[in-house]
Amino acid sequence: MTIASDILRRTPLHALHLELGGKMVAFAGYEMPVQYPAGILKEHLHTREKAGLFDVSHMGQAFLSGDTAALERVTPADVAGLKEGMQRYGLLLTPAGTIKDDFMFSRLVGEADLYLVVNAGTKEGDFDYMAEKLQGAAVVMPRFDRALLALQGPLAEQVLERHSPGISRLTFMQVVRTVVAGAPAIVGRTGYTGEDGFEISLEGSDAERVARTLLGEGEVLPIGLGARDSLRLEAGLCLYGHDIDETRTPAEANLLWSIGKRRKETQDFPGAAVTLGGAPAIKRVGIRPEGRAPAREGADIADKTGRVIGKVTSGGFGPSLNAPVAMGYVESGFAGDGTPVDLMVRGQALPAAIAPMPFVPNTYRRARK
Amino acid sequence: MSETRYTDQHEWIRLDGEEATVGITKFAAESLGDVVFVELPASGKAVTAGGEAAVVESVKAASDIYAPAGGTVTGANSALEKEPSKVNEDPEGQGWFFKMKISDKAEFDKLMDATAYGKFVESL
Repeated sequence: MTIASDILRRTPLHALHLELGGKMVAFAGYEMPVQYPAGILKEHLHTREKAGLFDVSHMGQAFLSGDTAALERVTPADVAGLKEGMQRYGLLLTPAGTIKDDFMFSRLVGEADLYLVVNAGTKEGDFDYMAEKLQGAAVVMPRFDRALLALQGPLAEQVLERHSPGISRLTFMQVVRTVVAGAPAIVGRTGYTGEDGFEISLEGSDAERVARTLLGEGEVLPIGLGARDSLRLEAGLCLYGHDIDETRTPAEANLLWSIGKRRKETQDFPGAAVTLGGAPAIKRVGIRPEGRAPAREGADIADKTGRVIGKVTSGGFGPSLNAPVAMGYVESGFAGDGTPVDLMVRGQALPAAIAPMPFVPNTYRRARK
Repeated sequence: MSETRYTDQHEWIRLDGEEATVGITKFAAESLGDVVFVELPASGKAVTAGGEAAVVESVKAASDIYAPAGGTVTGANSALEKEPSKVNEDPEGQGWFFKMKISDKAEFDKLMDATAYGKFVESL
């Protein structure tokens, strides 16, 4: 037993969360706000209507220096082809080609290093694994001292523009080194809610002041992990450890879009033969229950004869839809949109149908082509 | 005159003559957060003290509601099916869950009164 594992870590915004009345819970080894006094429903709806500020400083930030293209040994994403000023989504693969994690990587203008953000619960393991596989070709420099804020929602742009003039010129998945409320920052036009918005990486010592500045704007409410989860589920985005993990391949997870075109041709990533070798036996799908009862993670999915054909991996209530939503894996023959299924909840079969994702249309500010 | 008792699982039960009304306490409603779905028992269902009687779902999770005493369900608050938020707005009034007939009043008498429950909540 190690004593450290029993001690929850705190982000630089811990005192602010307490001051704002955040209900603190243990998450990925951190003490984090699951909600503030407004509550999950209001926080969720506010983010979709105005703007919400999230503390995501528990996520694993790092810089990768050296031969950064060597990262392609552990991800099927096109790393070498990423243009300056752009960010991309990637999967970190096990040697067998299953999903070890998902992460974002950015190439900042004029900088040789890549900027990485991985999941909170997997960050130490991810960076150790990268180091092992890169064998010195490139070096991972974790920056767990940095803070990360997400400002999400339709009014995020006008709010951030006041404190970082010119930031509204960024389009979806662009990233820039700039200044926010006087603090040096890395800002990417991205997020985990399906809304337009920004992620703002800061020195830990600047985080509280910048957060207070943004929260001082009338459009912005603080948002906890509860609404973060319901927002990402409505947006059809995977939560690592639930919707994707080391038992799933990119094909099963329906994440083949994250594999670079060049990489599909060269097939030089772990498990490429399996991942690209034809239709998977099971597939990740969206599910809409017919009634109001949510089906939670772990619920069996059955066909109309009662045979179990899969399992729910994320499920809950979608406040913007005012209806339950779920995500899960089913046998590929049942993965077509509209396929009727039953979700087994407390011994009852709840009628549901396979549904396209996102459940709520995303509002990303894509660049005009 | 009605009498109200409380369980250590944060249900309340109000006895009014022959019939008792059951719901969850303000403390429980606040701990759960926004209620989005309630599964209510059918009339005629037999329940035992501490046995599962209903389910309440918040955005985050599902929680069982236990019968404070044994007996038979005589009705349920169908208004909660359309407006589950009543559980948060008025947990000890319009947000009641079901009505029941208690088989053994001794089970009711054993439960905490308001003062004892207040102390119990403070101790948590």
